[in-house]
Amino acid sequence: MPSALVIRAAGINCDVEVMRGLTEAGASARLAHLDALIRDPAPIERADIIVFPGGFSFGDDVASGRIFAMHVRERLWGPLRGAIERGACIAGICNGFQVIVQIGLLPGPGPGQAWGPEAPAPTLSLARNSGARYIDTWVGLDAAPGSPCVWTRGWGDLADDVRMLPCGHGEGRLTAEASTLDALEARGHVVLRYRQDVNGSARGIAGVCDASGRIFGLMPHPDRFLAWNRHPYWTRLDAQVRRGRAPGQMIFANAVEAATRMPV
Amino acid sequence: MTVHRFEVRPVDDASDPRARAICHDARRLGFNLARARTARVYLIEAGLSPAERDRLAQRLLADPVTEQASLGASAPRGTIVEVLPLPGVMDPAAQSVRDAVRALTGHEAKVTTGWRYDLEGLPPGEAEALASRLLANTVVHAVHLQPFHPASLPAGSPAAFQVRHVTLRSLDDAALERLSRDAHLFLSLDEMRAIRDEYRRLDREPTDIELETLAQTWSEHCVHKTLKSTIRYSGAPEPSGPAGTPRPGHSPNPDGSITIDNLLKSTVAAATHELIADGVDWTLSVFKDNSGVIAFDDAWGLCIKVETHNHPSALEPYGGAATGAGGCIRDVIGTGLGAKPIANTSVFCVAHPGDWSEAAPGSGAPAPSGARGREPASAAPLPPGCIHPRRVLQEVVAGVRDYGNQMGIPTVSGAVAFDDRYVGNPLVFCGCIGLIPRHLVKGRAQPGDRIIALGGRTGRDGIHGATFSSAELTDSHADEFAHAVQIGNAITEKRLLDAILRARDVGPLPSAAHPSPSSGYPHAPCGGARASESRPAHSPARAADPPTRPLFSAITDCGAGGFSSAVGEMGAELGAHVHLDRAPLKYDGLTYTEIWISEAQERMVIAVPPENVPALHRICDEEGVELADLGAFGTPGAELILSFRGHEVARLPMAFLHEGIPTPTREAFWKNPAYPHTLRGGSSVPAASMPLPSPGPASHVARLTSLLSHPNIASKHWIVRQYDHEVQGNTILKPLVGPLGRGPGDASILEPVPGSRRAAAIGQGLCPSYSDPAVGGDPYLMALAAIDECVRNLVCVGADPERIAILDNFCWPSCTKPENLASLVRACWGCYDGAKAYRTPFVSGKDSLNNQFTVPAQGERPARTIEIPSTLLITGLGLLPDGGVACSMDLKRPDSHLVLLHTGATPSFGGSTYQSLFPTDAAALPPNRRVVPRVDLARGPRAAKAVHTLISAGLVRAAHDVSEGGLLVALAEMLIAGSLPQRPLGCRVCFPPCFDNPSDWFGELPSAYLLEVSGADWNSGTVRRAISQFEGVHVEPLGTTDSTGRLDLGPGEAPCDVEALARAWRSPLDW
Repeated sequence: MPSALVIRAAGINCDVEVMRGLTEAGASARLAHLDALIRDPAPIERADIIVFPGGFSFGDDVASGRIFAMHVRERLWGPLRGAIERGACIAGICNGFQVIVQIGLLPGPGPGQAWGPEAPAPTLSLARNSGARYIDTWVGLDAAPGSPCVWTRGWGDLADDVRMLPCGHGEGRLTAEASTLDALEARGHVVLRYRQDVNGSARGIAGVCDASGRIFGLMPHPDRFLAWNRHPYWTRLDAQVRRGRAPGQMIFANAVEAATRMPV
Repeated sequence: MTVHRFEVRPVDDASDPRARAICHDARRLGFNLARARTARVYLIEAGLSPAERDRLAQRLLADPVTEQASLGASAPRGTIVEVLPLPGVMDPAAQSVRDAVRALTGHEAKVTTGWRYDLEGLPPGEAEALASRLLANTVVHAVHLQPFHPASLPAGSPAAFQVRHVTLRSLDDAALERLSRDAHLFLSLDEMRAIRDEYRRLDREPTDIELETLAQTWSEHCVHKTLKSTIRYSGAPEPSGPAGTPRPGHSPNPDGSITIDNLLKSTVAAATHELIADGVDWTLSVFKDNSGVIAFDDAWGLCIKVETHNHPSALEPYGGAATGAGGCIRDVIGTGLGAKPIANTSVFCVAHPGDWSEAAPGSGAPAPSGARGREPASAAPLPPGCIHPRRVLQEVVAGVRDYGNQMGIPTVSGAVAFDDRYVGNPLVFCGCIGLIPRHLVKGRAQPGDRIIALGGRTGRDGIHGATFSSAELTDSHADEFAHAVQIGNAITEKRLLDAILRARDVGPLPSAAHPSPSSGYPHAPCGGARASESRPAHSPARAADPPTRPLFSAITDCGAGGFSSAVGEMGAELGAHVHLDRAPLKYDGLTYTEIWISEAQERMVIAVPPENVPALHRICDEEGVELADLGAFGTPGAELILSFRGHEVARLPMAFLHEGIPTPTREAFWKNPAYPHTLRGGSSVPAASMPLPSPGPASHVARLTSLLSHPNIASKHWIVRQYDHEVQGNTILKPLVGPLGRGPGDASILEPVPGSRRAAAIGQGLCPSYSDPAVGGDPYLMALAAIDECVRNLVCVGADPERIAILDNFCWPSCTKPENLASLVRACWGCYDGAKAYRTPFVSGKDSLNNQFTVPAQGERPARTIEIPSTLLITGLGLLPDGGVACSMDLKRPDSHLVLLHTGATPSFGGSTYQSLFPTDAAALPPNRRVVPRVDLARGPRAAKAVHTLISAGLVRAAHDVSEGGLLVALAEMLIAGSLPQRPLGCRVCFPPCFDNPSDWFGELPSAYLLEVSGADWNSGTVRRAISQFEGVHVEPLGTTDSTGRLDLGPGEAPCDVEALARAWRSPLDW
């Protein structure tokens, strides 16, 4: 049973749902406070899966995810890099996505290149929504075919009506230099795109992965679609459609499966 | 130490959506703002080296991709406006930055944060005007027209200590009244006399803090003295109840008046207690605690509370609404031995934004540069001291949004009512629902328990909130009561919640079995930290799990009255000794009285057995929560003793504090005729100085379109989409439903215990226009209609009408006026009759009884008081044994039958939206149509049961209640919800046989439901048979659905495009 670590801090508030998703997918999940990990990073060193959940860490003060990321860059980069190099599956969801781009985990080094002794300088940013306010809405997503991302396997086969996730964020507009975006697209690292404009994100990007496909960040919340009756209009979907794992739950199950097959 | 000034600005315009939004809003207000630029400003006072400064700028303050940081003040690009919090006002970002500076550099720093705006095209005078209209509220903000870079940041200075006694024993009535007003005690003469007499008996003068303690404890806000008083009611007779039996606690007098002993107990609470005696066995705690509690299943209870925060929101809408939400959330956390908040609600009552000029308030002069460009010519000047309703609504929404979203609590349900009488006194209702283990529903402080304060520090903010809420608003209140207004810090409260849930779910002994900090699991529904290693923390409670034992024996929040109310309530029977100098302060300089009554946010008080304090300390340290041991519960003689720096500053018998308040008989007089009576001329609620419109359009479709665009009916998606209604992942029916997420759901549903399919639905009933005698209304009818509407909303989504608990929130104009008190009495009668008839127990409630705004005399115009309409909000919590039966209101299929289920009532127009839009037409209706609808208390509950029977049997594809705007509006909403351009739905309807007047399409019908059923079930008679047992409940065919994408009303009306209706409905409030 792979072991999963969910990292919380003051203001993180989607840790319960993420724990539920990982546990139901078969992981042995453990929740840890950032401060406790700074005192003792051993759980990071043991984890097969690490998730940075959503919320408003430190109240989004200064900028969303900034202070959380600063703590990780300054105090936990060593153990985190160790986990990456071991092949741990890492995801950041919503505020967690904002955290991991500011740690510098995405887009990550190019194919064949190594992670450095310091956290990389961030080259992606999740800026204030173009509508200048928070928005909660379900949105259809397109999954890039052939993406190396291990978290979204099987997502491309889902019907349009259910290949959806809820967004809830005020700062989700992905922004980067054109060359950075070009490289992401060329390598198949743009994993998910919004089917309609939610936040003004560059090229409609909702989620990206690194070269290994094991580090994944996205603004929408798979943790809010663990069961079929969380779908926004499940009351009008055919019962046949609502079979098997709910699409959000698939994402956690994919990680558990990938971690089980992790090269030792 | 130097103050370092940092500016952080977006690298380009594309990265500055906030500037674009400001330009947009400024132009709407008439300002010729050519361009705006925004920058975050950080003032950091610390001994930083240049390298540390750069490190802060690069690693903490600026985003390397989208922002750039600079030191000092950059060159102006237009007129500069800087907005910073006033000293002492909560600045959450400053706290986070201070902690981050410490983590990054090791330096202790003082921090202030703010915004800089470079406004091109505006001269300084206009820039300042824009700042006060859009960017700042001077109640909490300082506005600078230069970059602000002080030599040092403000620090408090220690206050001189001196025990102050107040001369009271020798005062006469006039002097007592003066003291009450000047010291902001807001006590009545009777109450002042009672206090004076007590001190004569004690043979000493009170200290200042004793007097304050009494004022807080005896405030309307804390003790509900009006609702609990004895009332002599005269005027139109009491409406007979459903069973014709007399109401309890009511005694007729020889002169025909009625004496009611404790209004609340004799009506609202009596209904609950009689229902409990009559077999309603699923309430767990009613009226006693900070929220009401009902059984959810064998292991869990649900608590619910709805608070108002009206007066603070009138002065500072953002902070007022946010702290209203925060306070109600703390009420739920502070229920029993701690509940986990799982949902919020928000309801607002504001004036119609379009009716009031957005020209500068109170100045009498138009706003600069032709502000009135886009507003209707009829817009009235805003009374001085009022904030424009558009801004009020924008900011109260933002306040609830920011607090709820940051707490991680989904805001799932709400409503907005518009009426111009709310212009100076908007209403803000914040609700919260919590999940609590059933064995933790009751807590009680024990003698010797430590009095532990948790959470935020105490500051000078929020002084006199409890007494201020009892005052009447005037134009000068923004200056006089600025100290009652606060800004919240949701993350402090989130930390507090995390710590409390851990302390609740951990055994009492700090033994080796105590979990390691890193495994701490604060949110587990049960089992908590201990369980997180052994089983999935989210799994439902199992009978085998030993009950958890909290580290504390009682908990309550610091709301109105601060420590004074919290400790006073918890120690009411035991007494308490509090050392006020032990409370952690935000800054020096607070007097002992300020510490005691400050309503600084995000604080709770718990009673902790001394042996548990170390374990609690550890949890609080790990969660970053400050803890202070203020003293102990239990004093000889059950006295409240307050000390400061070793000196006793107060000693009051708890008995006098809690029972000494005099209960005079209050007069209530209802001068209006009894129901039914018809309209006297036009509506009394036309917008200020708005001419009555001419007769409305002839076509039903055109009328329908106008109704859909009325703000009371129009889509509230602009609000709903700003709230996170999905966090915690348990919202199974969202507030907006249907394939495009645009249908206005009747109620939202949560499935709060993972692994269990049991579900809870949350909805409201609110119809203030029915209370207005001028439109044929009566508060009695409003109360019945609100309960009926709330029940219908819950039943439509599948809730079991036998399992609905409700809450009351009375917001009334001054009840010292006998007419208004009579209105309150009549509403309470409606609550009693409605709750009994529907078997929906009230489990909690709250009242706010001085909602009016006095406009000062202006030139020739004398001063006048704008009273709000008597407003009763009913909030309901219903249960579904299986969330799988949930029903949404969006039309599902093109082959269905539409059915009207009703109780035979006649559609009526008194207080209707139709009447307010087309008063001339409404006045021409027959008299029996011009009344406010009266709920049939025998048939209404049967109709609810009938609908539930149909839904439970799987016979209903969609259900929606017929409320504001009438049947066609309900139908249009179902079409808008279910139709989408690529898969359109339409319907063809016929005029129902139960209607006879052509306008009946738009009349309001209590207890009526619009249902979508399959053709087979309708044609075979299955639907009729299923409800044949419900006497007096009728079903009538209304039409059929199709895939035309059009609403076809039959001969004489051109079919109308559903997308056109959708546009009319969605655009008015698409802000």
